[in-house]
Amino acid sequence: MPSIKELSKREELLTGGHRACAGCAATIIVRQVLLAAGKDVVVGCATGCLEVVTTIFPYSAWKVPYIHNAFENVASTISGVESSYRSLKRQGKIKKEMRFIAFGGDGGTYDIGLQALSGAAERGHRMLYICYDNEAYMNTGIQRSSATPIGAATSTCPAGDEIPGKVQYHKDMTKIMAAHRIPYVAQASPSHWNDLVKKVEKALSKDGPAFINILSPCHRGWRYPMEDTIEIARLAVETCFWPLYECDEGTWSITHTPKEKLPLSEFTDRQGRFAHLKEYPELLQSGQDEIDRRWREIQALSGIGNLCVMPCEEAGEQN
Amino acid sequence: MKSIAAKKVIALTGNDAVAEAMRQVNPDVVPAYPITPQTELMHKFADYVSDGDVKTELVLVESEHSAMSAAVGASAAGSRVMTATSANGLALMWEIVYIAASSRCPLVMTVVNRALSGPINIHCDHSDSMGARDSGWIQLHSENGQEAYDNVLQAVRIAEDTDVLTPVMVCLDGFIISHTIEPLEVIPDKTVQEFIGEFRPVHNLLDSDKPFTFGPLDFHDYYFEHKVQQIKAMEKAPNVIESVGIEYGKLTGRKYGHVETYKTEDAERIMIALGSTCGTVKATVNELREKGEKVGLLKIRSFRPFPVKEVREALAGAKAVAVLDRSASFGAQGGPVMMEVRSALYGETAPPIKGYIYGLGGRDINPDHIKQAFDEVKDMASSGKSSDETGFLGVRE
Amino acid sequence: MKAKGWKDLAIGGRIEEAGCAEEFETGSWRTFRPVRDEEKCIHCLRCWIFCPDSAVLVEDGKVTGVDLDHCKGCGICEKVCPPKVHAIDMVKETDLDKEE
Repeated sequence: MPSIKELSKREELLTGGHRACAGCAATIIVRQVLLAAGKDVVVGCATGCLEVVTTIFPYSAWKVPYIHNAFENVASTISGVESSYRSLKRQGKIKKEMRFIAFGGDGGTYDIGLQALSGAAERGHRMLYICYDNEAYMNTGIQRSSATPIGAATSTCPAGDEIPGKVQYHKDMTKIMAAHRIPYVAQASPSHWNDLVKKVEKALSKDGPAFINILSPCHRGWRYPMEDTIEIARLAVETCFWPLYECDEGTWSITHTPKEKLPLSEFTDRQGRFAHLKEYPELLQSGQDEIDRRWREIQALSGIGNLCVMPCEEAGEQN
Repeated sequence: MKSIAAKKVIALTGNDAVAEAMRQVNPDVVPAYPITPQTELMHKFADYVSDGDVKTELVLVESEHSAMSAAVGASAAGSRVMTATSANGLALMWEIVYIAASSRCPLVMTVVNRALSGPINIHCDHSDSMGARDSGWIQLHSENGQEAYDNVLQAVRIAEDTDVLTPVMVCLDGFIISHTIEPLEVIPDKTVQEFIGEFRPVHNLLDSDKPFTFGPLDFHDYYFEHKVQQIKAMEKAPNVIESVGIEYGKLTGRKYGHVETYKTEDAERIMIALGSTCGTVKATVNELREKGEKVGLLKIRSFRPFPVKEVREALAGAKAVAVLDRSASFGAQGGPVMMEVRSALYGETAPPIKGYIYGLGGRDINPDHIKQAFDEVKDMASSGKSSDETGFLGVRE
Repeated sequence: MKAKGWKDLAIGGRIEEAGCAEEFETGSWRTFRPVRDEEKCIHCLRCWIFCPDSAVLVEDGKVTGVDLDHCKGCGICEKVCPPKVHAIDMVKETDLDKEE
């Protein structure tokens, strides 16, 4: 595990000059991932913020081989790249060790890209799929995705007079990928760069598919001051809204335990997309309950506590 | 390249003939998804893969959209790539079919022609490949199993030509050709390898010492120029199709061009068709000629790029033309072939012309239908007037 | 970069020069500029690893400056600098102009 000083001596593989919004987490994530991965990679990118801002013809911010195909198919596109590598390596036409990394936003991963990702995972390609999750279709104007958390306002589920924003929970995408029984699945955050880099290294060492879901705060869509991006990511982790954990060859572990589990409101109070929740405390409570439930699940999977013990009256009566 | 003395004649279905051609090409990667009537093609090829007869990495993707996506990825990563599909499979990958062409990936895809839903129908018609006629792919049609085999081999050379670098769709009629056993000549493996040559990728993402970006975002300041490049490449394709066809002819005795004319030199009435129906038309032409009728067939092999010059030449002396379309273009002035032919004749001394739609959803076309069409255009031959009304062959009113 | 015509462009939309986005200057987006106090800076490199635009320049494990051609002035660097260190201040560009 390289120190930050060691990482700083490595070549920057994402240049400045891209058109990401000032304070965008996605490009922070890419920088950290590529510092861990090195230059012998092929990067695929789904249509979305990252792809658009980094490859406006004739400019490209990528110093590694890069492919963009369409919105829903970065997983199958990289499957093709990886298959070419397998074939040519088997034929002795290529000797270099290379790795394959697909970047998709939550839209291109949880929604329209789910099929391609699931297929790639099942086929066992040696590729790392990274979802940079900004919790909505940001590039097209902040429309809701299945990654948008409950209670959040987006342009297609605004908080209005009748409907208080999104009323569904966000998909537990990381667990869906774990259910594919691939060698490595994890959640990470750019705020915890050390944990992120470790996870990328581990993922790339696996001889099979790996998936890392990385929270990518977006100050445009989430409505917070742009300088707070890393702080917001940190709060997501500390409230257990976005727990940092991994499932490594079937073994679950929490890689960062908050010293003190903060209430969800510490995260939501900082963001304009949740501003209306003061009028809907029950919705915030729903969100809190769901976060708690998922945290308990992760803890139980990691050997802490028990999913069968419900902290509510009904359970007490049953017992 | 000398002519081959030892050729093999074997009985194969169209699907197996294509699979055999693919085995001989021995592509690096084949991503594919099953759909009737392409399935047996995949099965046969999968046998080759499992037995180690090919070096191909077979990627059994979870949908046709992923098949074409993986094909683009593999091609961009320096592999020779082939795939196959039909009908709704082609429709599902439609988005990426365009991207394969615009990215200049020299893919070869066999389309076993089947009707597009709905209603769902698994039988032969050309609505699938015709639906992709604006996608930027070269499209070659096959009359029989032999042509399907020959077209696949030539397609590799055409697609990879550095002046062209455009993917090629080889079409063969679903069930009629794909599932019919015919005797055909296959050439030796070594000859195929010499003919297609080693793959020299233009795109190679795996060369991390020479990184490049594939698939950028274009604004209005560049998209048009990229598209013009595609148009210009397609304009170079006819010469390449012709020269590859001549070379293939020297190798096998079967020369190919953009069209095939059958007894058109002195024909008064000429019928135009694509695919297996051409066989039926040829047989009917022979029958009618015995009775003294001067009829002929213009078979179109290369639908994209459309062979304007050859069509004008073939029809120059005709007194009437019947165009057969095995797909409809709702609201248009006839089927796709009709529109191309009529457009080719604009401004020329054009014979009167009538378009027919036939065979949708696998509806059979037989010599009686052909005779009916030849008969109907007899009046046009004498009056000299074209018909704006599209005829239908074999439909119940 | 002068716009090429269809005859000169690489085919298929390829961008041949990897990383040429560096030629595109986003520094003009700034309204605030990070100003780093060399005396206070402990070279923890947090500003470097959290910069979205690869704009914190580091050499031999030490921060040497900011790439003003690309820095968008988001202010993350100021925020992530350890509170006890506080080596970076976001200063309004227009105030800096006045100083100059």
